[in-house]
Amino acid sequence: MKVVNNLTHSVDGLGILKGRAAYTDDLADKNSLIVKVLRSPHAYAKIVKIDSEEALKLPGIEMVLTHKDFSRVPFTRAGQGYPEPSPHDKFVLDEYVRYVGDEVLAVVGSDLAVCEEALALIKVEYELLEPVLDFEKAIDHKSIIHPEPEAHEMFPIGFEPLRNIAASYHMHVGDVEKTLSECDVVIEETFFTQAQAHVMLEPHTVNARMDYQERLVIYNSTQTPYHMRRIISQGLNIPLSKIRVIKPRVGGGFGGKQGIHGEMLVAYVTYKTGKAAKMVYTRKEVFESSYTRHPMKMKVTLGADKSGVLKAIDFHCLSDTGAYGEHALTVFMVVGSKVLPLYNKVDSVRFYGDVVYTNHTPAGAYRGYGAIQGNFALESAVDMLCVKLGMNPIEFRQLNMMKETETSPIFEIMGEGTAGTAMIMETCKLEECVEKGMKLIDWNDKYPSKDMGNKIKSVGMAIAMQGSGIPYIDMGSATIKLNDDGFYNLLVGATDIGQGSDTVLAQIAAEVLMTTMDKIVIYSSDTDLTPFDCGAYASSTTYVSGNAVFKAANDMLEAILVEARRILKSKEVEFDGVLFTNELGETISLIDLSNEITYSEDQKQLSVTSSYVGHKSPPPFMAGFIEIDIDKETGEVDIVNYVSVVDCGTTINPKLAEGQVDGGIVQGLGMAMFENVQYSKKGALISNSLMTYKIPTRVDINNLTTVFVDSYEESGPFGAKSVGEIGIDTPPAALANAVYNALGIRIKTLPITAEKILLAIKAKERN
Amino acid sequence: MKIKMTVNNQVKIFECEPSDYLLDTLRNNNYVSVRRGCDTTNCGVCTVLMDGKPVPSCSVLTVQAEGKQITTVEGIQEEAEKIGNYFGEEGADQCGYCNPSLALTVYAMKKELVNPTIKEVKKYLVGNLCRCTGYISQERAIMKYLGDKS
Ligand code: FES
Ligand code: FES
Repeated sequence: MKVVNNLTHSVDGLGILKGRAAYTDDLADKNSLIVKVLRSPHAYAKIVKIDSEEALKLPGIEMVLTHKDFSRVPFTRAGQGYPEPSPHDKFVLDEYVRYVGDEVLAVVGSDLAVCEEALALIKVEYELLEPVLDFEKAIDHKSIIHPEPEAHEMFPIGFEPLRNIAASYHMHVGDVEKTLSECDVVIEETFFTQAQAHVMLEPHTVNARMDYQERLVIYNSTQTPYHMRRIISQGLNIPLSKIRVIKPRVGGGFGGKQGIHGEMLVAYVTYKTGKAAKMVYTRKEVFESSYTRHPMKMKVTLGADKSGVLKAIDFHCLSDTGAYGEHALTVFMVVGSKVLPLYNKVDSVRFYGDVVYTNHTPAGAYRGYGAIQGNFALESAVDMLCVKLGMNPIEFRQLNMMKETETSPIFEIMGEGTAGTAMIMETCKLEECVEKGMKLIDWNDKYPSKDMGNKIKSVGMAIAMQGSGIPYIDMGSATIKLNDDGFYNLLVGATDIGQGSDTVLAQIAAEVLMTTMDKIVIYSSDTDLTPFDCGAYASSTTYVSGNAVFKAANDMLEAILVEARRILKSKEVEFDGVLFTNELGETISLIDLSNEITYSEDQKQLSVTSSYVGHKSPPPFMAGFIEIDIDKETGEVDIVNYVSVVDCGTTINPKLAEGQVDGGIVQGLGMAMFENVQYSKKGALISNSLMTYKIPTRVDINNLTTVFVDSYEESGPFGAKSVGEIGIDTPPAALANAVYNALGIRIKTLPITAEKILLAIKAKERN
Repeated sequence: MKIKMTVNNQVKIFECEPSDYLLDTLRNNNYVSVRRGCDTTNCGVCTVLMDGKPVPSCSVLTVQAEGKQITTVEGIQEEAEKIGNYFGEEGADQCGYCNPSLALTVYAMKKELVNPTIKEVKKYLVGNLCRCTGYISQERAIMKYLGDKS
C-alpha cells in the first residue's frame, strides 16, 4: 500500500494552523442578529409570568421568544438516527425549566450588548418546584420532572416519566444467581463515576441566513448535519427541502456536538425574520447548558472458581440522564455491551438497571459512551477479585478474556437501543496487546510497586473494547467524480470534527484509485452537496464511511476502465493509476482520457455514488498500562507514562490513529484524576468555567507510549476497524488499579484525586 | 472611538467602544484566526503577539493596544508553514482550534528561549490548552521546529 498506512499529512492541518477562516463563526454573516438565551437560575420551576415590555422597547431588540411562540411538538436533541432510541421530551422552549441553565426565553437583537441589556430588563416570575438532585432518590420521587402528556418514546425503551425513569433495560444469559452460589470466590462491589464535561475548545455555535432561493442555510458546528436537518425540520415544521446544513470545520466534538444546542432558536429566527442570525455559546453556557457524561452507580458481582476461571458477572447500573433523556438508553446499554464481552467465557451474565431523570445538566453522548464507566467498574472489580483469588491480574485476564475467533452471546442480545448482531471476533489481538504492553511498561520489574522513600512507584492496567459503528442502522455514503486533468472530487457526508476523517477517507480513495493525495479533493458534510451520512459518532467514520468510500472508489475504477476500453478499442485494459494500456501496448493517460470525455468525444461526467451499512461492528481492543509515582505526604499522583497497545485493524493513517488514542487517553486521565462536574446544594453548577473545571494541561502529561499491533479486519476498508473512542476507556481502571498496587487502597469513586488518596492513607494509618 | 495600531505590519484604525476587547475588535475586522475558547482567560486560543510578546486578546482592551504592534498568525505565514509541516509529520493537528495561537506562541518562544528543555517548553506553553491531541505529538513537533535553524 502506498497511501494507506503510510505517513500522510492531514489535508487541512496546515491551512488551519496558518489561520484560514474555517470554523462556523468565522463564516457568520457580520450583520447577524444575535440570539441570546435567558437561562434558568432554578433547578426546577414553572414559569408563571414573563414581562418583556421594557426589553422590547430597547432600540435594536427585534423580538423576545418564549414558549408561547412554539407549538408543543416534543423532540429529542440527541442527534441520532430515526426513530430515535431517546425519549421525545424537549420543547424548543417550555413553561417548565428543569435545571439551572435551562432555556427560559430568548432575546434577539442587533448586538450582544443590547441583548444583555434586554435580558436584565425582563422580569420572570417562577413557581419553584422541589428539584430532584440525588439520582439515587429519583425513582418515584414526589417531584415528577416530565409530567407533560406530550413526552413519549418512539419505541419501547422502558420510558416511565411519571416515575422519573427515562429508560430501563434488563438482559441475562444463564442463571446468574445460581452460578454465583456455586462459585468458590465471589466479590460484590459498588462503583461511582462522575459527570464529565466535554470541553471541546470551540464552543457550540450556529448561524443561519436565507439564500436567494429563499432557503434556510445553517452553518453549524455539528457532528450530525443530516440528523440536524431532519430534527430542525420536524421541530419547526419547515419542509426538509427548504433547509441546507453546512458543517464547516469543527473545533472538537467528543460527542457533545452530536446533539442540538442553539440550532432550533437560530433557525426559527432566520426563517421567521428572513434575517441572518447567530448564537455562540459562552464557555459558561457550554458547561452549564450543553451536556455531560452520564454519572453512574454500578454494582458488580463477580464469581470465579478456585483456579481463577470467571464464572459469572452480575452488573446492576443506575444512570443519571439529568433533565432530558438524550442517549439515556443507548449509553446505558453500552456500559454492558462494550464491556462485558471482554470476559466471554462466563456461564452466566446479567446486566440491568434504570436511567433516571434529575434536575441536573442533561447528560448526552460523550466519547466512550458508557464503555468508560463500565470499564472502570468491571476492570477495577477484576483486580479486586484477583486479590481475593491470590492471582496475578494479568494471568487472570489472559485466562478469561476474549480471544480471536471467539464470540459472546451479548453481541446478539444487546445493540444500540434494540437487539444486537451476532459476530465472531475475526480480529482480536488482545493477548498480543497485553504481552506487548507488559514489555513496554516493564511490568515484571515494576509490578506491583516500588517504595522510593517519599514516593511509591507502581503500575496498573486494564483492557478494553469498543465498536465500529452501529450495524444495520447507520449508513455512510460517498460520491466520487472524475474531473478533466485527471483528478477526483470525493464528496462525503461523513463529518470531520477534527479527528481527521477527511484525510483518512481521501487516503482510502487514493489507494483504491492508485493515485496520490493531491489528486483527491475531499469535501464533506453539506446536506445540499454531499451524499447522506449518519455523522461522526459510535466510532463509525473509518469503518462505515470508509467502506462507502472504498466501494465508491472501486466503482469509479470500473467506470473509467469502461471508458478506457472504449477509447483503446480493447477488452483488456490495464490501469496503474496514471496510464491505461491495452494488450497491444497502446496507451492513454488518465489526464488525456478525462480531457477527452470532458471536451472531445462522447462527452460525459463520470460520477459514482456508493453507500455502506455495516453488518457487524468489529470491536477494536486495547490494553492500557499506567506507571505512576504517588507522593506519600500529599497523595499527589504523577503520571510517569501511559502505554497503550491497540488493535484497531489497519491504521489507515498511523499518526492520526496515534493521535486519536493519545487524545482519548489524556481525556480519560482527566476523568480518572480530577475532572469533576460539581453542583451546589441547590443544583447550580459550581464547575462552570475553565477556572473551576480543570482539564489536563501539558504539564500533567509526561509521556505517552502508543503502539499498534498487526491486525487486519477483513470487513473493514483495507483491514481497518475504528479507533476514535477506544483510547478513553482504560485510564480510570488502570489508575485505580495502580493506586491499589501502590498503597493497598481501593478507590471506587471517580475522580481519584490527591485528596481522596491522602484521606485513605490517613484512614489506613489510623486502623 | 478610534484606535490606531499596527496589525501584521499594516497601520489600522479601528472604530470601537472603550469596553471592547481586542479579541472582538480583531474578529470583527476579519482577523478570524484569533478565536475565543473561554470567558476566564484560561485557554490561550485568543493569543496574539503584542510587541512580540504573547498575550490573551480576550483580556486586553482594544484601547490598551493603541500604538502597539499586534501580530496574528496571518503575520507570520512563513514560520507558521514550517511549524505546520512539523505538526503534519507528527499527526499533531486534530481539530486545529488551538493551533494558530499555539503556532504564534511557539514562534515567540523560539525568539525568547535558547535551546529550552522539554520541561521549559511545557512551562512556557502551559496556557495553550488542547483537548484533542494529548499534547505529546505537539511537543514532538515543536521540539523539531526549535531545532530547525534554517
Ligand atoms: S479566550 Fe480563552 S484565554 Fe482568551
Ligand atoms: S487540536 Fe483540538 S484543541 Fe488542540
